[in-house]
Amino acid sequence: MRLTYREALNQSLREEMRRDDRVFLIGEDVAYYQGAFKVSKGFLEEFGSRRIVDTPITELGFTGLAVGAAMAGLRPVVEVMTFNFAILALDQIVNNAAKIRYMSGGQLSVPLVIRGPGSAAHQLAAQHSQSLEAWFCHMPGLKAAGPATPHDAKGLLKSAVRDENPVIFIEAQLLYPTQGEVGEGDYTIPLGAAEVKRTGSDVTLIAYSKMLLVALEAAEALAREGIQAEVVDPRTLRPLDLPTLAASAKKTGKVVIVEEGWPFAGLGAQIAESLYGRVFDYLDGPIVRVTGRDVPMPYARNLEDAAIPDVERVVAAVRQVLYRK
Amino acid sequence: MYALGKIGGFCHLYIGEEAVAVGAVDALQPEDYVFSAYRDHGHCLARGSDPKRVMAELFGRATGLCKGKGGSMHLIDAERRFMGGYAIVGGHLPLAAGVAFAVQYRGGNEVVLCFLGEGAVPSGACHETLNLAALWRLPVLFVCENNRYGMGTPVERAVALYTDVSQNAAAYGIESGRVDGMDVLAVRQAVSKAADLVRGSRRPYFLEARTYRFLGHSMADPSHGHYRSKSEVDEAKKRDPLHLLKARLLAERQAVEADLKAIEQEAARAVQEAVEFAEASPALAESALEDDVYTREEGASWRDRGGRVQ
Repeated sequence: MRLTYREALNQSLREEMRRDDRVFLIGEDVAYYQGAFKVSKGFLEEFGSRRIVDTPITELGFTGLAVGAAMAGLRPVVEVMTFNFAILALDQIVNNAAKIRYMSGGQLSVPLVIRGPGSAAHQLAAQHSQSLEAWFCHMPGLKAAGPATPHDAKGLLKSAVRDENPVIFIEAQLLYPTQGEVGEGDYTIPLGAAEVKRTGSDVTLIAYSKMLLVALEAAEALAREGIQAEVVDPRTLRPLDLPTLAASAKKTGKVVIVEEGWPFAGLGAQIAESLYGRVFDYLDGPIVRVTGRDVPMPYARNLEDAAIPDVERVVAAVRQVLYRK
Repeated sequence: MYALGKIGGFCHLYIGEEAVAVGAVDALQPEDYVFSAYRDHGHCLARGSDPKRVMAELFGRATGLCKGKGGSMHLIDAERRFMGGYAIVGGHLPLAAGVAFAVQYRGGNEVVLCFLGEGAVPSGACHETLNLAALWRLPVLFVCENNRYGMGTPVERAVALYTDVSQNAAAYGIESGRVDGMDVLAVRQAVSKAADLVRGSRRPYFLEARTYRFLGHSMADPSHGHYRSKSEVDEAKKRDPLHLLKARLLAERQAVEADLKAIEQEAARAVQEAVEFAEASPALAESALEDDVYTREEGASWRDRGGRVQ
């Protein structure tokens, strides 16, 4: 069936909540307002205020509360209105959610999902436009996912809800209205499984979340020039499915990584390092990264456009790894 | 043991504050939950954790409560619903509220007792938690151990409402009280009453226990120095909670000297046994270093993180 990304998330979470009474949704404006981006549309009506919990604007407090509820056996899904606000809850995520299992020697676990949109939308400026996935991927104890398609969003969210570990689930505001075919019924996509989204033999493009759409568009443009790009979506950012990424890199010998986040210590740097460790001998040249520019996000449209990777920059990067003008 | 190098890292002793943990925890039911901060040895032992396993944890041994992965500041004994052991000031308060949320969600009857220091009261985590607990009528009993110093900073220089820190809770409509934290029986009575109230009304409660830390903030600090005088510490020691209880038991003829001697000997023996157990316990094998980061069944997938660092 054809659904928007938003509808796929709604369906996924709705099915999980029907399946398991321990699952509840907590966050700002998730109940009566039906979610800032309407992901929880209809939830209050179906599940009631016991399980759809509106909070005050206190990310530290309600995220920490969700960690505690998970320790006591519930399976909270925290909606952060955007991941920009998750920074306020970072101590709870880093010092509690990620570490409690380890510090307790395995006595306690934190089956928790923290989800909401990351990355830039349109002209929301510096404090509302940033890609922070590298921060979360840095932490042992956390898992992180960044699905790009409605089908992946539904299946991955189900896996995240069923996982015994805390999962950071990063959506994107600009993806919510995008449409795609979504599998029928109750399917899951395992965390830690990448997918080849387009096959090709000349170059590997690695991209996730919103940037997958840019990479696919670039692949289309490159095909018109006779360059066959393979596009691989990690889908889960930690654990990373290196075997799949490496297999593609080995096949094409050329790799371009596309990410919206900042270049320095960004996720692409880790992916590149991991690939060098595995397939260095098969590469024809250095891996090239296309990243967001190293600036806080500007407001002005032209500057914002210049700060975010686009098809043109991806195509240029591919020409570079292929040594073509 | 610390001076001998058997215990490493930060180690915050509870000497002088014993009456709070002992009195408070004794007033709880076994199914109730207990949270503490980093000065947690007393709370953990009062909850009934095996002193041997506590000592082994301090020694960093495999037989410790947390297999030596937690240490002094992260004692956790889930079986006894002693939930830890947290070392970011104020950071454990939302967790306690979350467990209370789960109790409420399931329609349970348990109370969550959350110890905190007065140093945590001004934190954002504390205020956000107080608001949520009051707003959602969560069954949390906050027991604020006011030992007058956040490391070296006295409460007068840290908390605006220092004469009565519970006013911070009152501001959220949370009922509160105060008790002499050096009097174990008074603490037990106050916590018992407060726990009944929380259990019955399903509302939070905030109890301030006024106490005093006889030693330094941690083993690394002197008991007195630039921030407080020796005479102040000596004065506080006159109300040592152990001595107060002893004097009372003798005065009321509930015990004779010989009884108390026997208890002291028993305690000394328990400590000795705990040390011997910890000494004799093996360290956790290095092969278990990466266990418990994720749940076991996930081991295979997360290990595959690639790169040259295998």
